[in-house]
Parts: sequence; C-alpha cells; structure tokens
Amino acid sequence: MRPADTILQQLQQTFGAAGFHQQNTVDGIATFWLPAEQVIPVISHLKTSTGLAYRMLYDLTALDERNRQIHNGVPRSSFTVVYHLFSYERNDFIRLKVPLDGDYPSLPSITGIFRNANWYEREVYDMFGIRFNGHPHLQRLLMPLTWSGHPLRKEHPARATEMGPFRLTDEKQDREQEALRFKPEEWGMQRKSDDADFMFLNIGPQHPGTHGVLRIILQLDGEDIVDAVPEIGFHHRGAEKMGERQSWHTYIPYTDRVDYLGGVMNNLAYLLAVEKLAGIEVPDRVKVIRVMLCEFFRIASHLVWFGTFAQDVGQLSPVFYMFTDREKIFDVIEAVCGGRMHPNWFRIGGVAQDLPNGWDVLVRNFVEHFPKQLKEYNNMVMRNSIFRARTRGIGIYTLDEAIEWGVTGAGLRACGFDWDFRKKRPYSGYEMFEFDIPTAIHGDCYDRSYVRVEEMRQSLRIIEQCLNNMPEGSYKADHPLTTPPLKKYTMQDIETLITHFLNVSWGPVMPPGEAMSCIEATKGANSYYLTSDGNTSSYRTRIRTPSFPHMQMVPYISKGYTVSDLLSILGSVDFVLADIDR
Amino acid sequence: MTVMQHIWIVLGVLFVLLNIAAGLIWVERRLLALWQDRLGPNRAGPLGIFIVLADTLKLFFKEDWIPPFADKWVFITAPAIVAGSVLLSFVIIPFAPGIVVADLNVGLLFFLAMSSLGVYSIVLGGWASNNKYALLGAMRGASQMIAYEVFMGLSLMGVVMITGSFNMGDIVDAQKNVWFCFTQPLGFIIFFIAGVAETHRLPFDIPEAESELIAGFHAEYSGMKFGMFFIGEYLGITLISAMTVTLFFGGWHGPAFLPPLAWFALKTILFLGLFILLRASLPRPRYDQLIEYGWKVLLPVVLANLMITGAIALWLKST
Repeated sequence: MRPADTILQQLQQTFGAAGFHQQNTVDGIATFWLPAEQVIPVISHLKTSTGLAYRMLYDLTALDERNRQIHNGVPRSSFTVVYHLFSYERNDFIRLKVPLDGDYPSLPSITGIFRNANWYEREVYDMFGIRFNGHPHLQRLLMPLTWSGHPLRKEHPARATEMGPFRLTDEKQDREQEALRFKPEEWGMQRKSDDADFMFLNIGPQHPGTHGVLRIILQLDGEDIVDAVPEIGFHHRGAEKMGERQSWHTYIPYTDRVDYLGGVMNNLAYLLAVEKLAGIEVPDRVKVIRVMLCEFFRIASHLVWFGTFAQDVGQLSPVFYMFTDREKIFDVIEAVCGGRMHPNWFRIGGVAQDLPNGWDVLVRNFVEHFPKQLKEYNNMVMRNSIFRARTRGIGIYTLDEAIEWGVTGAGLRACGFDWDFRKKRPYSGYEMFEFDIPTAIHGDCYDRSYVRVEEMRQSLRIIEQCLNNMPEGSYKADHPLTTPPLKKYTMQDIETLITHFLNVSWGPVMPPGEAMSCIEATKGANSYYLTSDGNTSSYRTRIRTPSFPHMQMVPYISKGYTVSDLLSILGSVDFVLADIDR
Repeated sequence: MTVMQHIWIVLGVLFVLLNIAAGLIWVERRLLALWQDRLGPNRAGPLGIFIVLADTLKLFFKEDWIPPFADKWVFITAPAIVAGSVLLSFVIIPFAPGIVVADLNVGLLFFLAMSSLGVYSIVLGGWASNNKYALLGAMRGASQMIAYEVFMGLSLMGVVMITGSFNMGDIVDAQKNVWFCFTQPLGFIIFFIAGVAETHRLPFDIPEAESELIAGFHAEYSGMKFGMFFIGEYLGITLISAMTVTLFFGGWHGPAFLPPLAWFALKTILFLGLFILLRASLPRPRYDQLIEYGWKVLLPVVLANLMITGAIALWLKST
C-alpha cells in the first residue's frame, strides 16, 4: 500500500468516509479532496498527529474551476481551495483540496491552526472573493483596497485594454489616498497606553531601507516597536494571471522577474513543474548546465543581499565591491545566455543553446577569483564588531516558530536545522553533487547572514564540480513537447512539419493534470503549482514564493526592538518585493 | 595689528572656510569613489572639480520650500544656527603665528560653548519640521550631543592642565617640543571620537541615518536651507580637524622647510581625509549602543585620564 493510501485510510477512519476522495497527480504528491466542514479537524489532525506531523503550511491557494473542460473524475466545483502542507519528519508534501460551490463561497479559516495562513487566506480572498469564516482581518492584501472585482476569477479581465481607459479624477485620487490612510483601530491597535502616546510611523513605500516598494506601519513607543503592519502589493503585477494567457513557453520570461535577483533559478522552478506535466526527462548535460547557472545566480543574489545589508547598517563601501564581483558573474552569464539579470534561458526540456566555446575558461576564472574576495568580505563585514553589535541577538526566532510561519531557506537553517531542498528532495540532478548545508544555531540576524555567506562557498563548490564534470550530450530532451519544437524531420515529413508549425505558433499542449515543483531558490523554497486543462496555456499558475511568508513574519520578530533593528531584520530576512507580490 | 589687517584676516578666514566647505563636496566624493572602486564625479572640469560649482548652483536654484505644516520662523532659524555657530568657533583657532581672528584667553571654553550651540539647530530643525522622521532624528541628535559634549569637554582638560591656559595660542606654544598627542593620547582619541559624534558623521550619523530615518532632522529642508546644514556639516568636520591639529598635533609647528600656515593646512587635510575614510569603512552603531558606549566606556576612561594627568602635573610641580 502506498503511503498516500495509508493516510487516506487513516483520515477516513477518523473523520468518516463521506466526501473524501483521492486524486492521482503526476507530481506524486498525495492529493485528497475533502468537504469544507472537515477542513479544520483534518488539518489540525494532520498537523498534530505524531505519525503525520505536517507541521508547515507550505502554500494555500485556490482555483476558479468554472471554465474547466476536463474533470477526470474529480469532484466538480465552482472553486477549489488548495492547501499544501509539508512534513519535515516525513519529508513529504500533502495536498488537500476543498470543492466549493456558489459564486462567492466561504469556508472556515485555518488561522487558528497555522499562523501563516493569515496572509494566504487574505490573498485568496483578494484574488477570488472566497471568504474565510473566522479570519481575524479578512481584507485585501495585494490589490488596492478600492479595487473592484477579484483578479484571478475567470471573468476578471487580464489586460488593461479590456478594462476601458484609465482616468485619475480628483475625486478618485482623494478616494485612493484616503484608502491608504492607516487606521490603527482597524488592526486592533491602541493609540495610547497608560503612560505613553504611541507614534505611528509610516515606513515606505518609498524608503531607502525597504529595498523596494514596501510599506510598513510601525506603532512606536519612543523608538521601540510595539507592533508593525506590513502593507504589500505595490509590486503586484499579476504574474499568476499572466500565466493564464501566455503559452507554456512564452511564460518563461515572466518567471525571470518574480524573484528578479534569482534569474534563471525561477525558470527552473517553473520548468520542473511543466516538465512533470509533460513527462519530459531532461538529459544530464541539461541538468548540470541548469545547476551551474542557478548556483551562479545564487551567489549573485547573495552578493546583492550582502552588500545592501551592510549598507542598511551603515557600511557604505561593501556594496560597491560586491556589485563589482556580481558584475563578474554577469560576465559569465552574459557569455552563456546573452542576458544578464533576466536571461530567460531555460526552455521546456532543456536550455536555449549549448554552452559557448570557452565557457570553461570564464567559469574557471571566476572560481579562482572569488574565494579570496569572499574571505575579504567576511573580514570586512561579518567580523566587524559594530556589524556584530547590530545583528547579534536581533530578530530571533526559534525553529518551531520558523516552521509555524513557513520560513524556508537560510532563515530556517539559521535556527540549526540542516534542511535544504537540494539535498533532501533533490531535483535537476543535485543528488550528483557534493556540498554541505551550512547551519547556525541562534536564529538571529547574524546567523542568517553567516549561513548565506557559507552558502556562497558551497555554491562555488557546486560550480566547480559542474566545471570539472560537465557531461557530453544534447542540451535539449528529445521529446515532442519541448520548446522550441524539434525541427529535425520537418523537411521530410508533412506531419512533423504541421506539428512543428503548431507548436511554434500556438505553443505545446500540455496533457491535463497538475504538478508542483519545489526548489531551493535563493531566498527559500520556491514552487510553481501548475494546473493544465489540456490547453496551450496553463489553467492556473500558482507561484509559491519564499519571501511572502518571510515578510509575513516580520512584525512578529520585530516587536520589542527599535527602528534601527527593524532595518537589520529586514536586511537579514532578504526579501525581494517582486517575490512577495508577484 | 591694525584694524585693516584685522578685517583682512576675518575676510580671508571666511573666504577660505566657505571654499573649503564647498570644495569638500568634491574631495569627499572623489575620495569615497577611490576607496569604493568607482570613479566619482570626473566629468566637469579638470578631475571633475567643477562639480563643486554645479552642486552649489543647484543648491542655490532649488525651490526653497517651507512645508505648510512647519513652524516657519524656527524652521528658517535652525539652519542659520548651525552655520553660524560653527563659523564662530573658528575665530579662536590660531592658523599660524599672528593669524587668528580673536585671541581669547578663554578660547577653548568659547569653542565648547559654540559647539554646544550647534545642537540647537538639530533639535529646532527637527522639531519645526513637524515630521516624524525629523522628530526622531532630533531626539537622537539631542541625546547624542548631550552625551558626547561631556567627554569632549573633559578630554580637553588634560591639555588645559598641562598648559595651564585656555588660550589657544598658549596651547600651541606649549607643544613646541612635544605634541600633546604623545602626552595625552587618550585625550586625543576621545576628543576625536567625540568630535565625530559632534559632527554627526558616519559612523555616528545617527540623527540622519539614511537607511533608517531617510534624512533625519533635515528631511524637510530643501534649497539653500538644506545647503546651510550641508555647509555646517563640512565646516564642522573642518573645525574638528583644525581643533585636533591645534590641540594635539602642534598646530602650526613643524620643520622649517614649510611655512607654519602650510603645516597647519597639511595636518588639517590629513584629518579631513580620516573623516572621509571613517565614512567609507565603518557601519553605524545603534543609537542606544552609541550612547551606552559614551557613558559606560568613554566617560570612565576620560575621567581616569584626567586624574592621572592631574596627578602627574601635581607631582611635576612639587618636584
């Protein structure tokens, strides 16, 4: 019996068989349908039961099912709410789906079980209009409060041209500005305590310390943070909605811009899911090329973080040195991909081109150059006593808190937990490489920094192994659904020509089904959860980004610290606004 | 000294100082660029020196905006105080034998008094702006100044004890053979640290703290009013450098192959460079860490320095 069947049996024994249904998916994640009224008992059982211990809410999202053509025997519904839970003990995902009927359905909130469900449920409400009963503050999250409609519903237009011309009248401007006014009472905050009036300080959306358009409203007692409310969505570009009108292939460049420091790493997360749907096995050379470029981008992203973090605590120079080295990485990237930050270079089933002649020299130069730089940065920043004073003991969270809030990546490893998806759930051939998982124990800003600095060393090791062991072979899988499509026999055979023509002009048609990838991106676990309805574009593209839960945790870990510490915390969390808002 | 001579000295000092304040824009940007592996402003004029002109013109022609929510008169007065008090401090500095604006016998006390006045500009500017960031900056500035004022004064008392005078000319004369940086090393270090804190430059730029408070106390200022804070800051650096040279590095004393004024200028320029190097290299401590460091570390050290100096001075006197 498969483990999934055991779980189903256990659930049915505990909660009765009615409404439970198992679905087979190509990504092999145990998927169950359950009725809305069972959501709370089932999820709390999954979380607390010792044998299961699905202790992290990995993702929570929904689908508008009203345009679905192909059902494949799963329950029919107007909307489906999807929960992804993860168990570190079992190293296993579980997917729970709740079918909902009606135009604006509702279901119980699980904020009482998982703290990070708060923002996820707000996002689902914002995007679909699905209400969560019992949610403490069900308000729009990404869209402006004045928005009408819910963007990810199928009837909501996807392009500006479908919406009529935009006009900003004086009344509208006043209305929008009034909507941005922060009202502490709405968040259950007091304006004064027994002995002090609180100050509400608005940080952002334009602020040098927030690294992008992020707004945080602080409730201050003097300079001490009593509470904070992050307001996100200023960078929301509807990346998920775009997935529904772009073809499987033309969506790749959009992924580049989700975590815009991660470059091709985003391509990888997306393509792993697409390739699971298509059933493509990529050749070893593709895997190694992808790994090498991803690790380059990991170093590049960490360098940006390192430099800006030092700048946040007032050290002006490191950022320039680090950007210079990042430029050296971009030299390699440019030689290989032609692009820099957003190379858009991975393709379904492979990469865009083979490695250019002389790539190994460029890579070797970097591998030889970088270690001494890293050592110098370590001396300059990490060993600086003022830097230590600003980061040690600041923004602490424990391992349990990290799991509860859905923290992944360096933030999790800084709590002493050696969890790296590259090691524990290898993808794209990471099992072939030798590298360590750096950890630290205190879970404060300094330890998160320490872990990232060590990660750069490990990435360099992986790159070196790629350099020395680059397999020969094709840079693309031999599969009809790869893009650009195979051209080999097009001039001999009319059928191939037609298929090629269709696959180029419309794009490949992915078989119906759903698949989720999960990679260790630069900032934590990044996933694409794709649903195909047997069409040239995705039926629903869900992007689970690491920065989203990390940002959600910021108020929790910054309470009691000062405004200056908040900047250390924001810097050490290492978020990218586009990665939060998508 | 005739009245005319005196007027020439006053005008000359003023002219040189204002030019230094403007020229430091260029020096700082080029030096920072050098240390940060960049080019810095290198386009306008030889080595980009005309950036000074461009920056000054820009400041003069920018809209001089007074926010409607600000306390108008205080808002206008604040930047004048900083420039005024720093410029006034320079009157007691002997640049070379005979070149001093006012040879006061309480020179050092006058300097301390003027530098204390400077804090008013931060507090008043931050308060009058009626902006939360400015207010936070002003609060930080006030507590920082109060803390560092104390050791600044105390760190100089060793020098006064040895010299037996508050007159700057006497202090320079007393260093004819041995500079006070050798006899008063602790005094020098603490004075310099306090000086950096007084001028609120990185690493002690806590009232401004760009990444935290955007621009802190002068967030609402624009045009020439901002320019006054700007000039005040650069003049402040020059003042602390000049004072360090005068008090601890022999003032205009130096081997005879260069004129005294050149020695003074050279030494001062070295310290100006040190200020910029500090900015290029150090992160910013947190506000409470800075205050704590002041009261818990510097104050005991400076008091110990004072007692040891006093004891030695007494002992020398008795023998």
